[in-house]
Amino acid sequence: MAKYKKILFDPIFNNNPIALGVLGVCSALAVTSKLETSLVMSMAVIFVLAFSNLAVSLIRNHIPTNIRIIVEMTIIASLVIIADQLIKAFFFDASKQLSVYVGLIITNCIIMGRAEAYALQNPPWQSFVDGIGNGLGYTFILISVAFVRELLGSGKLLGYTVIPLSTEGGWYVSNGLLLYPASAFFLIGFIIWIIRTIKPEQIEEE
Amino acid sequence: MEHLLNIFIKSIFIENIALGLFLGMCTFLAVSKRVDTAAGLGIAVIVVQTITVPVNNLIYNYVLREGALSWAGLPNVDLEFLGLITYIGVIAAMVQILEMALDKYFPKLYNALGIFLPLITVNCAILGGALFMVERDYTFAESVSFGLGSGTGWALAIVALAGIREKMRYSNVPPALRGLGITFITVGLMALAFMLFSGIEL
Repeated sequence: MAKYKKILFDPIFNNNPIALGVLGVCSALAVTSKLETSLVMSMAVIFVLAFSNLAVSLIRNHIPTNIRIIVEMTIIASLVIIADQLIKAFFFDASKQLSVYVGLIITNCIIMGRAEAYALQNPPWQSFVDGIGNGLGYTFILISVAFVRELLGSGKLLGYTVIPLSTEGGWYVSNGLLLYPASAFFLIGFIIWIIRTIKPEQIEEE
Repeated sequence: MEHLLNIFIKSIFIENIALGLFLGMCTFLAVSKRVDTAAGLGIAVIVVQTITVPVNNLIYNYVLREGALSWAGLPNVDLEFLGLITYIGVIAAMVQILEMALDKYFPKLYNALGIFLPLITVNCAILGGALFMVERDYTFAESVSFGLGSGTGWALAIVALAGIREKMRYSNVPPALRGLGITFITVGLMALAFMLFSGIEL
């Protein structure tokens, strides 16, 4: 049990796929201007990651090595199509805002990276948990960034006004920079700074 | 003609695929330590992007789109849900073919690009290019111009970042920010700089 707990929670702080591995950054930047879109995106990534890990792990002893990338790609692409259709069916507004980024989960390197680095060597159940864990690590960064951007950029959380904006008669003058995707770079930079100050063993030597 | 030129310029500067749309970030951040490798990867992306976007455009317009199969006598078939898996298949196949062709006819370029060619398959800038092409409903000529432009924009951005990172080796960065952290912040500043193009209407 302790082993599964470690597999599940290690990728959140100790081995975060975004903060330590530079994996899956594209979507982290583009979808984080609102908390809702980030939540939908995170759920999609956790779903795809967990099941692609499971599927790759189940057939790991039967795939010839030289065509494994194509096999993995096919599995991932099929799962992303399912996720995409589900989001279109149940979260139509969010799917409009996510635009092409749901499709880009296919090339999200976290998924390919975990399939290659973990699922190919480990039994299915562990790989499944590892997929959820890494998905949670991704979610952690996405939600932190989206929380700051939506709260300070438009004074709302999940669409409900938290800080009344000066344009609507409140006192808070919103920080327009946070509405631009560029601000996500700074926020992720700062998150990395904080994580590595707490955990100095992650510091890179150049 | 002017219209195609506009798409080209727009996809390089105003909607730069790396700094404006944030695609291809993983490779962008990971392979930008040196200018020469960054330039090699940039060229590879331009080539692949210019080929795959128009090819995917043809497939979309003549096979996948709703009613696109009417030339085969199947006017009611809508295969659009197969889009993602088709595009990634085309990209993987194109990269493989390009790799073999380069190996045979331009071994020098092949050796220079080395490991980057296969990596391009999972570069989201390429798949993103195909998806934006579908979303914006480009014609074939427009998609050629968009593919070339977005590839060039990405190459420009990665070479610029590599240049900055080479200079940054001489500066004293706080230990916890070294490497990835400061790169994120640098890219953020570059993206802000690229935003100055955003008001331009072509």
